[in-house]
Amino acid sequence: MFEIFASLKLALDLMANGNAEFVRVVALSLELSLAAAVLGSAIGLPLGAIVAIGRFPGRRSLIVALNALLGLPSVVVGLVVYLMLSRAGPLGSWGLLFTPGAIVIAQTVLVIPIVAALARQVVEDAWNEYAEQLRSLGVGTGRAVRTLLWDTRFSLLTVALAGFGRAASEVGAVMIVGGNIDGVTRVMTTAIALETSKGDLPLALALGIVLILVVLAVNAGAYAIREWSAIRHG
Amino acid sequence: MAERPAALLRARDLTVVLGGVTVLDRLSLEILPGLRTVVLGANGAGKSVTLRALHGLVPPASGTVEWQGGRAPRQAMVFQRPVMLRRSALANVAYGLAVNGVDGEARDRRAREAIAKVGLEAIAHRPARVLSGGEQQRLALARAWALEPAILFLDEPTASLDPGAAGEVERIVAAIAAEGKRIVMTTHNLGQARRLADEIVFIHQGRVAEQTPADRFFAEPQSQHARAFLKGELPWT
Ligand SMILES: Nc1ncnc2c1ncn2[C@@H]1O[C@H](COP(=O)(O)OP(=O)(O)OP(=O)(O)O)[C@@H](O)[C@H]1O
Ligand SMILES: [Mg+2]
Repeated sequence: MFEIFASLKLALDLMANGNAEFVRVVALSLELSLAAAVLGSAIGLPLGAIVAIGRFPGRRSLIVALNALLGLPSVVVGLVVYLMLSRAGPLGSWGLLFTPGAIVIAQTVLVIPIVAALARQVVEDAWNEYAEQLRSLGVGTGRAVRTLLWDTRFSLLTVALAGFGRAASEVGAVMIVGGNIDGVTRVMTTAIALETSKGDLPLALALGIVLILVVLAVNAGAYAIREWSAIRHG
Repeated sequence: MAERPAALLRARDLTVVLGGVTVLDRLSLEILPGLRTVVLGANGAGKSVTLRALHGLVPPASGTVEWQGGRAPRQAMVFQRPVMLRRSALANVAYGLAVNGVDGEARDRRAREAIAKVGLEAIAHRPARVLSGGEQQRLALARAWALEPAILFLDEPTASLDPGAAGEVERIVAAIAAEGKRIVMTTHNLGQARRLADEIVFIHQGRVAEQTPADRFFAEPQSQHARAFLKGELPWT
């Protein structure tokens, strides 16, 4: 018990004083997770919308594939990305393994199915409401996808934030493809794992607290956006 | 008897099956140019499905919808509960125009004109989905009107409106008709049907029981079902 409080005090000191290593790890974490959330949303949101309203051959297979990806252990995703990026792999020439780029790729692969699944639900609900009206106006599938993505933009922003949360809290895949290299690919989650195993609890705890705060802030933001948009736009 | 003008729209033996239920059963009717048609019938008779089928939103299991000249003209529909997009009232009108290939300055001008014609200038820039039911209904009329349709389908456009708002919608529908646009609408308000209709199509259990000039319909309905309907409904007009 005593040790926890001692660690907590040290953790707060670390945060208050802006310890250089600590700040670097937090900043890199947020930066990479943000990039992954943006990339994953750019792919996942339209994908979800197309699956929601499109009627094309292969739609069912796509849904099954996305659902499977959703349930895939992230270390397996990490392993696959590792194999793709390793020297002998098909993308080996990119030279990305053990770089921040590799982490973004792995996180993006993990973000896409979550964003697509949530977006599909959001867009499908809207489509149930809009379908006849849009068809009556003469709207084709392509424009319908764009219209629905725009009209559900506030809900989709919260979907994207969920994607960010997923990326920020990922550890297994990031460890595999990033290698947890100090100053290069060490992010909050991998640092926590490492420091804990080394017994440096204050740093691990400080990072843990920041991670919790980030996740809380993201969720509070998502909630606020929803409330505001409901009042402002109906 | 004078020769009848060619029908703008002719439905022949239209049968529509939804969820395994035959909701339109060999329904036939003719929509002649230049008249205002009001479709009457009890709840569940098939009025909404008829409008949606004529508008092309519901595929018939059998039968045909034929347009004059073999090609559907520009048409629009105002639903009982219109769906507004999450953008301003004006942008909703502009959206309909954009979809139909009207761009740039012309789109802007026509959207503004349509908004003005339904008396919504003051709230043109408000988000459409927070407007009142009556305002949304007028906005839906503006969105349809802006498209300059040859025929406009309206499904109970005044269903949940107060008398003032309903009167406003009636005035707009009359103005649209006065421009030569063909009006086909449903209502449960018989007073409104009397005011707006040139002819009545009475639907009973998915079939046209009669299609009669309005004054004649209200004086002496031709079908037994319409007679029973008018007896039951008149106290509420
Ligand atoms: N999607 C559907 N699936 C199954 N049945 C349907 C569907 N849509 C309509 N129906 C049925 O078709 C029949 C006609 O419906 P419709 O909405 O056209 O009636 P209506 O004359 O417009 O009635 P109201 O005056 O209540 O609006 C009803 O019995 C209704 O239950
Ligand atoms: Mg109806």
